[in-house]
Amino acid sequence: MNNTAPLIKVRDLVKKFGIFTANDRLSFNVYKGEIFGFLGANGAGKTTAMKILCGLSKPTSGEASVAGYDVYREPNKIKNCIGYMSQKFSLYEDLTVKENIRFFGGIYGMDRKKIKIKSQQLIDKLGLTDAADKLIADLPLGWRQKLAFSIALVHDPGIVFLDEPTSGVDPITRRQFWSLIYEAASQGITIFLTTHYMDEAEYCDRVSIMVDGRIAALGAPKNLKEQFEAETMNEVFIKLARKKTHETNSYKNESFDK
Amino acid sequence: MNNVVVENISKSYEKVKALENISFQVNAGELFGFIGPDGAGKTSLFRIMVSLLVPDEGKATVCGFDVVKDYKKIRNIAGYMPGKFSLYQDLTVEENLTFFATIFGATIQENYHLVKDIYSQIEPFKDRRAGALSGGMKQKLALSCAMIHKPDILFLDEPTTGVDAVSRKEFWEMLHNLKKAGITIIVSTPYMDEASLCDRVALIQGGSILNIGTPSEIIAGFEKPVFAIRSGNTHQLISDLEKYPECESVYPFGQYLHFIPKNDNILIDSLSDTIHERHPEAEVFQVKPDIEDCFINLMKEKK
Repeated sequence: MNNTAPLIKVRDLVKKFGIFTANDRLSFNVYKGEIFGFLGANGAGKTTAMKILCGLSKPTSGEASVAGYDVYREPNKIKNCIGYMSQKFSLYEDLTVKENIRFFGGIYGMDRKKIKIKSQQLIDKLGLTDAADKLIADLPLGWRQKLAFSIALVHDPGIVFLDEPTSGVDPITRRQFWSLIYEAASQGITIFLTTHYMDEAEYCDRVSIMVDGRIAALGAPKNLKEQFEAETMNEVFIKLARKKTHETNSYKNESFDK
Repeated sequence: MNNVVVENISKSYEKVKALENISFQVNAGELFGFIGPDGAGKTSLFRIMVSLLVPDEGKATVCGFDVVKDYKKIRNIAGYMPGKFSLYQDLTVEENLTFFATIFGATIQENYHLVKDIYSQIEPFKDRRAGALSGGMKQKLALSCAMIHKPDILFLDEPTTGVDAVSRKEFWEMLHNLKKAGITIIVSTPYMDEASLCDRVALIQGGSILNIGTPSEIIAGFEKPVFAIRSGNTHQLISDLEKYPECESVYPFGQYLHFIPKNDNILIDSLSDTIHERHPEAEVFQVKPDIEDCFINLMKEKK
């Protein structure tokens, strides 16, 4: 995987809010078709970095590019070629399944014909034929999450950002969701995700763990477990994040994010 | 002694059935957990127990008081931490605590010993507005505010949702300290791994209780063998195992796959031989089921 050009390239990225440094010299690459887990404690600076990579915020210094576009100069090009999904905001509850697909397709500038074809494909694939004209509010949470993920991919982005996509989802749906992630990755889509479920960290190709605005560890789960002499990723996480002093100095980041 | 008795509670919102014939009891001094995903009915149940919602059917008492008739008494003896952060964002840490003490006719001074362990961690920031706290600090303040009137029983609705693994661990340590002080605690969570931290748990899904008992009783009730399997190529391994005639179910479980055979008497040797045909490097061994295995199995049975 590492012999291809990186799709996300970050070098010495710094983001400051006043005197507070939310992201402190981050450097990492993410490659095509990779499932990259972006982990860290609350307030460690994950959301800040993710916003920069989605073209929503500019770094204080350092370099970052996504799909070859620079985060300082070409944020709108970045927005066009990425997908985004979060637990909190994903779909419009008072629109139907079909309307949501049409809405997001329209936002990404897809023409009607293409939206129609994509809608049908997506509805067939998820087995939502009977629910196509139902409001999102009337769908079970598990279906919504799967639909939200598929809609994040509706414009065929090269990269999709998933912010805690499985939070609060039942264990069966969580696993079905992960098979959608694997399928997308096997088609060459790069997956960049955050999660608080440490078993899901094990499913990633590589993970980074942020502590107090810095990347404290980066690598394949297997290598990190060896490096930190831990049985599970949960142990690795607790070993690293325990060291920090985040309650005293990270509140500004948190209040900015939320 | 039973602290909470819930009998045949049902609750619907228009066409949605949130709770269907729920019954359980919680003993005094117990740390009792409701484990289930979003939409399972946990919040409706909590709101009924703290008298904020009236059930359509059934009866519930908290410390002997009826949740409908004696609601005023319940509000005095119960501490409630809702799932959504519900303190005043524009009041400071200290102002929030004073407010919640005062409305219950208490003072911070008289009950300080109850919240000391938790509150002292955020006390250095007592002049900061609640809205500007980090997630972990908000959680500590909310728990302090739920405790400051010296409740007999605490209801904590998803206190660890969206909280990182380290803060979750710390929060459970705080709950165990409160339990030692003799307070009955009813807590809900979508994280299956937190079940093992409770005295007893109810697994809840789609408005019904799937199972109830101590974590070890629930695990003992899972009678099928579980095999953990790992190889270099997870996706290929899953699809090969799914085709295997002995396969009841196979799903990812952390760094391993969990494989449940149709036949309880399957021999590990024959299973590993079959797997090694296509995955010579695969590890195969039997493991004790986890609460999450039980939950998955119960969900499938219900369907």
